Amino acid sequence: MSNALTRRTLLAAAAAAPLAAPLPLRAQGSARLVVVGGGFGGASAASFARRAYPWLTVTLVEPLTRFVTCPYGNLVLGGERRMEQITHSYDGLRARGVTVVHDRAAAVDPAARTVRLAGGQTLAYDRLILAPGIALRWGGIEGYDETASARMPHAWVPGDGTQTRTLRRMLEEMPDGGVVGMAIPANPFRCPPGPYERISMIAHYLKRQKPRSKILALDAKEGFSKQPLFQEGWAALYGGMIEWVPASRDGKVVKVDPAAMVLETEFGTKHRVAVANVIPPQRAADIAAPFADASGWVQVDPTTFEARTAPGVHVVGDANNGAPMPKSGYVANSTAKQAVASAAALLRGERPPEPVYFNTCYSHVGEEYGISVVNIFRVGPQGIAEVPDSGGISPRGNLPDQRRLEALHADAWYSSITRDMFG
Amino acid sequence: MLRTGVALVLGGVLAGAPEMAAAQAPLVAEGCIGCHGPGARGSGSVAGIAGRDAREIATALMAFRAGERTGTIMNRIAKGYTDAEIAAVAAYLAGLRR
Ligand SMILES: Cc1cc2nc3c(=O)[nH]c(=O)nc-3n(C[C@H](O)[C@H](O)[C@H](O)COP(=O)(O)OP(=O)(O)OC[C@H]3O[C@@H](n4cnc5c(N)ncnc54)[C@H](O)[C@@H]3O)c2cc1C
Ligand code: HEC
Repeated sequence: MSNALTRRTLLAAAAAAPLAAPLPLRAQGSARLVVVGGGFGGASAASFARRAYPWLTVTLVEPLTRFVTCPYGNLVLGGERRMEQITHSYDGLRARGVTVVHDRAAAVDPAARTVRLAGGQTLAYDRLILAPGIALRWGGIEGYDETASARMPHAWVPGDGTQTRTLRRMLEEMPDGGVVGMAIPANPFRCPPGPYERISMIAHYLKRQKPRSKILALDAKEGFSKQPLFQEGWAALYGGMIEWVPASRDGKVVKVDPAAMVLETEFGTKHRVAVANVIPPQRAADIAAPFADASGWVQVDPTTFEARTAPGVHVVGDANNGAPMPKSGYVANSTAKQAVASAAALLRGERPPEPVYFNTCYSHVGEEYGISVVNIFRVGPQGIAEVPDSGGISPRGNLPDQRRLEALHADAWYSSITRDMFG
Repeated sequence: MLRTGVALVLGGVLAGAPEMAAAQAPLVAEGCIGCHGPGARGSGSVAGIAGRDAREIATALMAFRAGERTGTIMNRIAKGYTDAEIAAVAAYLAGLRR
């Protein structure tokens, strides 16, 4: 994709905007923004739209009446948070003037500019923000389907929180000396450092409560996000409790047997475990699937986040192919704001703003032990690219003050971003 | 010595923030509020940066970027932004309610 071309397309779109449907609405001084999905992308978009563009009427479609965040779910598993502390209501968005409809979007018609809801209602939009997150590829690991996930929870799409609660209960019920097996997928997937923060938080719990237990982390990759920092922390805090197995050493789980609690790897090794956390391969959620390509993710314009195949439909969050940006809550928040700003500009016949995307992922490795990665991205001739010589991971080494402060700042981040979304 | 260097650069930066950076400033600032709290008014251990003197904010960011001020994360963050963006975002944040 050439940047010049994108610019031209955008300018053309901007020039064409006054001729399109929004004209009469603009005359009334308003336009309809519909947001599908009330998670990191969608709630951020709805909140920001009301705050920055009060002339937009905003309708949010989300089946859940309370949203459980993935971030800090690992701390629930580690016994450092309760579920209530990571559960958020939509009342704050209502108070901002967002119309919240608790229903599931069943189909999008980009030509008619409508969304049909499972309950039968049809919503018309001038611009649509689609932020439905991921779907798990059931069967991507042989034997791993929705039924299997009751015995071998993924806890990667929290839904009403059942998955996270189930995994926590299993850890609590496991006898000391048991093996916790984890299956970790290949890239791309939701939250690249997430599995390794989870290993850390489970180890944190086991070290105190069941110190003879082990974690066997079976990975479909050769390396992972913030790897040197995680491994340094594991060695310092958990001794030999954690065994991480990369794909080249037969780490890729290809089959599971939930009845026997067995994880089977590529070269045929069968690991019997006491608790299994299976994080399967992923794709864009169903409602976005019609706009996805063969990869399973939606290709988008790097500036407006409109789906390549559906102008007017801005796909933000984990459902798009935002590479090289990670599938993170912070990226969902940052790109949602750019998508809303672009939608507002296009509705007014203006040019979308030049984007700067921001990401930070904090991870808790142990008590008073936090690490982070920072990335700043811009749109260049090759599409989205990281700003050279910026960002990066926390410094390595024995730095107790740095780790303690980052654990504190991580808590500040969680509070800040969730208030930005739901407050 | 180093201080003078920053002050000199900063003088130029605040004088010449291009229009584009100014238009972008609110969105750049949105990237900050993920940690610095809604309205950039602070969140737990992370200080509020709304309604402060623009020069103070810009000086802090330039110093983080140059490695003259230490922090857990701001050095890595500040390196992602241009002089013009730093000046524009500082001016924008200065205009927000504390
Ligand atoms: C264990 C774990 C830890 C993580 N930690 C961090 C972290 O520390 N920092 C960070 O930045 N990121 C973190 N992440 C990643 C982050 O959770 C995701 O990147 C983020 O949630 C993506 O936002 P989203 O809007 O795409 O999807 P979601 O936040 O999942 O929201 C999607 C919403 O859409 C709704 N939806 C789906 N289909 C429909 C439909 N048809 N109609 C209406 N609504 C629908 C869903 O119910 C859901 O509420 C973590 C993830 C995991 C799993
Ligand atoms: C990932 C979290 C995070 C983000 C995002 C972030 N900051 Fe910070 N900021 C911090 C932390 C933590 C500190 C304390 C210094 C440190 O540890 O690096 C800080 C300190 C500062 C200070 C000094 C405050 C003081 O009291 O002296 C300024 C100014 C500042 N940040 C501005 C910004 C601006 C402007 C942005 C957006 C471009 C931003 N920050 C984005 C976490 C963040």
